[in-house]
Amino acid sequence: MDLLSHLGLGIATAATGVNLFYCLAGVFLGTAIGVLPGLGPVATIAMLLPVTFGLPPETALIMLAGIFYGAQYGGSTTAILVNLPGESSSVVTALDGYQMARQGRAGTALATAAIASFFAGTVCTLLIALAAPPLSEMALKFGPADYFSLMVLGLVASIVLASGSLLHALGMIILGLLLGLIGTDVNSGTARYSFELPELNDGINFVVVAMGVFGLGEIIANLQTEGTRSVTLTKIAGLMPSRDDFKRMVAPILRGTALGSALGILPGGGAMLSSFAAYSLEKKASRNAAQFGKGAIEGVAAPEAANNAGAQASFIPMLTLGIPSNPVMALMIGALIMHGIQPGPGVMAEQPALFWGLVVSMWIGNFFLLVLNLPLIGLWVRMISVPYHYLYPTILVFCGIGVFSLANTQFDIYLMAAFGVLGYVFRKLDCEPAPMMLGFILGPMMEEYLRRALLMSKGDATVLVTRPISATLLAVSAVGLVAVLLPALREKREEAFQQ
Amino acid sequence: MKPRIRSPKDFWAGVLYAGFGGIAVTIARDYGMGSGARMGPAYFPTVLGSLLLLIGIASMVRSLMKDGEPLGTIAWKPMVLVTAATVLFGLLLRAAGLVPAIVVLVLVSAAASVKFRLEWRSLGLMALLVAFCALVFVEGLGLNVPLLGAWFHR
Repeated sequence: MDLLSHLGLGIATAATGVNLFYCLAGVFLGTAIGVLPGLGPVATIAMLLPVTFGLPPETALIMLAGIFYGAQYGGSTTAILVNLPGESSSVVTALDGYQMARQGRAGTALATAAIASFFAGTVCTLLIALAAPPLSEMALKFGPADYFSLMVLGLVASIVLASGSLLHALGMIILGLLLGLIGTDVNSGTARYSFELPELNDGINFVVVAMGVFGLGEIIANLQTEGTRSVTLTKIAGLMPSRDDFKRMVAPILRGTALGSALGILPGGGAMLSSFAAYSLEKKASRNAAQFGKGAIEGVAAPEAANNAGAQASFIPMLTLGIPSNPVMALMIGALIMHGIQPGPGVMAEQPALFWGLVVSMWIGNFFLLVLNLPLIGLWVRMISVPYHYLYPTILVFCGIGVFSLANTQFDIYLMAAFGVLGYVFRKLDCEPAPMMLGFILGPMMEEYLRRALLMSKGDATVLVTRPISATLLAVSAVGLVAVLLPALREKREEAFQQ
Repeated sequence: MKPRIRSPKDFWAGVLYAGFGGIAVTIARDYGMGSGARMGPAYFPTVLGSLLLLIGIASMVRSLMKDGEPLGTIAWKPMVLVTAATVLFGLLLRAAGLVPAIVVLVLVSAAASVKFRLEWRSLGLMALLVAFCALVFVEGLGLNVPLLGAWFHR
C-alpha cells in the first residue's frame, strides 16, 4: 500500500538520531520561549529561525515544526496558569483553563490540554498523509492562471475569516504584497523600491519583517500596559485527570479535532478560528453548558484539540499547494525558500524524504510534547514568572543577533527597528499585521504567476475567467467577499468574533 | 457643516495606506510598464499601489462618516527607547564589538520599563546574558562579530 511505504520512508527519515534530536530540541525551545508571556508563535519561530539555517533542509523543517508545536503548547500553558494568552488561539483556553487553575486544578487543565493536543495531532498526521497525495496531484494540473486565482482565494479567505475591519484587512494585504515586491525584479533586472541601497537589492528578508512587527512592535505595545499587568501564579498539584475527567473530555476532544481539521485546511483558517469555533460548538453541545467560563474541563479540551488540529491541518495547503493559510505557514514557506525548495505540489514528488519525514516528525513532535511537557512543568512555571522587564531586553538581544546573522549586515537590524515602529503603529490603528505577512510572502509569487499567465494568453486578461479551475476559484473568492459585505451576514460574523 | 474626523483610527490608517500606495505608484513611474503580454517591472506595483491608494481614500472618507474609537495615548517613551536601543546595537556591533553592543541595548531598552531598577541583581543577569551570547553565538556558532571591536584595540 502506498500510504504504508510513504510512512515507512518518513519514519526512516525522521527517526534518525540527528533528526530526533532536533525535533526534541525544537519542541523544547519552542515551549520554553512560547510560555513567555507576550510572545506568540510567530515571534517565537522568527526568533529561532536563524538557528536552523545551518542545518540540512529536512532537519531544519523538522526542527521548525517542533518549535511551532512547542510554541503553541507553551502559549496554552501561559493562558491556563496566568490568564495571559500569548496568542489569539489560546484566548479561549484561558477562559476555562484559568478558572480551573484558580480552583486548584491547574495540573489537570494542563494535562487535559496536552492529551487533547496529542490526540488531535495524531489524527491530523494521518489526515495529512491521506489528503496530501491526491491534493498535490490535483495541483500539478494547475496552470499559472489557476495558481494566481488560488492565491487570490487564499488572501480573500484570510480577509473573510479575519476579525476586525474588512477594509483594513484588505489594505494590509496589499501593503504586504507591495513590500514583498521590493528588490530586483527577476525578469527585467530592475531594482525596484531599493532607494539606491544595495542592501535592498535582494529584497527584505521575511524574518526581519516578522521580528520587527511581531517581536519589537509587540514589546512596545506590552510596555504601554506594563504597569497594569501582574503575574500571579497558582499552585500546581495533581497532574493526572480523574476517571470522571477523562469521561468528560472524550467527546469534546473528538468534536474539537473534527472541527479543527476541517477549518484548518481552509486558507485563512488555522488555529485561532478553530479554537473559537470549537468553544462555541462545545458550549451548545455540552450537557455541562452552565459550567462554561467557570472552569469546565470541556472548555479546555475542545479548543485545545481544535487548536492543535487546525494548526497541523494548515500544513496541508502549505505543503501541497504552496499557499500559506496563516502567518506561521508564511514563515515556513519563507524558510523552505531559503533552503532552496520551492513550496508547492512539486515538493512531494521531488523531495519525498523531506515531505514524509516532516509528516512523521509531526507525530513524533506531538509525542515529545506529551512526554516532555508534563514532567517539565516546574521549569515552564519558572520561565513564566520571569518579570517582563528582565525578559524583553533579552528578547531584543536575541532578535538583534538573529537578524544580523541572516546576512551579516547591520542594515537588517535598522530595518527591523523600523518595522517595529510600524508594527506598533498598526496595532494602535487596529490594523491586524497577520494579513500583511501573508501578502508579503505571496507578493512575488503572485506577480510571477500573473506574468506567466498573461504571457501564455498573449496579454488577454480573460484567461483568468475562461480557464475552468481559475474561474471557479475566482468565483468562490467573489462569493466570499460579497458574503462578508452583506449586512445580515456581517452581523453574524461580528457576533461570532464577539464570543 | 464642516466635515469632522469622527474615527481617528480609520483616518490615520487611511493616511498610511494612501501614503504607501501613492509612493508606490509614483516611484513605479520610473520603471518600464511593459504590455499586458509582457508585464514590465512597473505593471504589478502600479496596479497594487493604485488599489492601496483607493483603500486609503475610502478609509479616510469612512472616518468622516462613522464614529470610531479614539486613538488613545501613544507610548512614546517605549517606542523611542526600544527603537533607539536597537539602532544603537546595530551601530556598535562591528565597531565596538558584541559585548558593549549588548550592554547598551539592554540598558537603553530597559529604561523604557517603569519597573526596571539599576541594581546588582539586574547587572548580574545582564552579565550572564552577555556571557551566554558570547559563548553560544560567537564561540559556538561562529557569528562573525568581534567580542570587543576596533575601538578597544588602538
